[in-house]
Amino acid sequence: MANVLLSAKDIQIRFGGVIAADGINLDVLEGENLAIIGPNGAGKTTFLNISTGYLRPQAGTVTFLGQDITAQLPRTIVKLGIARAFQIPQLFLDQTVMENMLIAAASRRGHPSGLRALSHMPEAPEMERLLDLVGVKSYAKRTARELPEGQRKLVDIALALALKPKLLLMDEPTSGVASSEKLAIMDILTKALAEEKVTSVFVEHDMDMVERYANRVAVWNVGKIQKVGTPAEVLADPKVREQVIGI
Amino acid sequence: MMAGRIKPITIAAIVFFLVSAVAPLFVASWATLFALILAKGIVVLGIVLLLQAGQVSFGHAMFFATGAYAAAFWGKFVGGGDILLFLVLGGVSSTIFGLIVGLFVVRYREIFFGMLNLAFSMVLWSLLEKMFHYTNGADGIRVARPGLLGLTFTPETFQYVILYVSLAIAIVAFYAVQRYLDSPLGHMLRAMKSNETRLEYLGMSARRVLLIGYVISALLGGIGGTLVAIIQQIATPEFGFWTKSGEFVFIAILGGGAHAFGAFAGAAMFECVRFYAAAHLADSWQLILGVVLIVIILYAPNGLIGLRQRYGQARQGGH
Repeated sequence: MANVLLSAKDIQIRFGGVIAADGINLDVLEGENLAIIGPNGAGKTTFLNISTGYLRPQAGTVTFLGQDITAQLPRTIVKLGIARAFQIPQLFLDQTVMENMLIAAASRRGHPSGLRALSHMPEAPEMERLLDLVGVKSYAKRTARELPEGQRKLVDIALALALKPKLLLMDEPTSGVASSEKLAIMDILTKALAEEKVTSVFVEHDMDMVERYANRVAVWNVGKIQKVGTPAEVLADPKVREQVIGI
Repeated sequence: MMAGRIKPITIAAIVFFLVSAVAPLFVASWATLFALILAKGIVVLGIVLLLQAGQVSFGHAMFFATGAYAAAFWGKFVGGGDILLFLVLGGVSSTIFGLIVGLFVVRYREIFFGMLNLAFSMVLWSLLEKMFHYTNGADGIRVARPGLLGLTFTPETFQYVILYVSLAIAIVAFYAVQRYLDSPLGHMLRAMKSNETRLEYLGMSARRVLLIGYVISALLGGIGGTLVAIIQQIATPEFGFWTKSGEFVFIAILGGGAHAFGAFAGAAMFECVRFYAAAHLADSWQLILGVVLIVIILYAPNGLIGLRQRYGQARQGGH
């Protein structure tokens, strides 16, 4: 059996009267692409927020490679090997795509002291390769602000990959992207993840994407995990079809 | 992408530093004028640095005053003194003070950052005003003309000595700030302006990045303050008053915050207007500067250095 990378045990959190996590138990296995599906407000993003240290659960623990990371700072968790890509790409808009990447490379080093110019960092070829891998190398010298949404998403993911994470958490990697581009983006993404040997968890609303790219699916419903299984198993479940997918 | 933009501005900087070195040899009264421009430019360099992170400090005069009083206190309580000693004292004390204040202010952003800086500076100003026994209150402390490496000078020679010391420090500071802004830490400072969240999710502490920038800018403020105290031979609580902080922000906006040279371009404009308008139009130099600032904000929001870029781009676009 594959190693457990991330393990959530009995996670509970509520915001006022809204229960966002009500006893979440989930293991993320090394090498898989795990999709999280569920209706709006089911607590999918909350799970990502807890796993990356942005939110502190009211009960329960999250461990990463056996180490307790519950309520650690996001940047501490990042250093352990969990990176995050965002639903709305989070880029340094005034800087070039390459500068964005090199800032990530400098962050990975931990203490970016010294007065060596950013553009002369030895990681430059490596960052260029990553941009190539996600298909945005031609934008390297453009400022991030000039990029179309789809390309911003890819740069956002490249920034996360630049940290050499073991686990990448993605919140709707194809939302806000024209449906004609979704397949292309997911193809690029899964290829990049396989090549970099990165395990991934992604929140997704599009069942075609889930069926095509996930090895395993976890179904969220009102703060609970309703079902975990292969895409075929989960999408065939009549309860899931009715309550989550709405058909 | 930067090469085409930085190059002409670097030439402008070189020309400016050359003029500062040579022009006062022909007009003696310019020695003090240029020394002041350079010293204030060094302070404003610190403001420009924080502008990279999108933060405006309305209290940076506190470091300016710290540098000035470091020299003044030495003269008052120890006696004598040397330009280099004063600069070391001013630099060290403002760095330490910057670190202490910085630990508090880097937790805040934008208007809260600006106002907390202002609050700290007003505390210092009050202390300088009220602790009469040590500071002579509003009268300030005279700073006797120091020597340099054991040499003493006549007033005529001294104005050139302090000019060239200011020039040397300004060049070093200008170069060092450029290098810093080009380095990973400098880029992270700029990155804070557009996306602090991402910086944290890359594993960096945004507060630490800002703190490093803040302490450097405090050091620049202190060094500039020491120089001005030596040039004007006095340190008064006015050095730390909020209008002085406003003046530095004013100069930074006048010159343009996008490049380190903006600090010196702004300081040159500001001091020249003051120097000549004060001579010819008595009490209306503030009026002239006010009008200049309105024009800058309306027509050249990137300051004097932005004008050149705009003109350059328009010309490129025309071809």
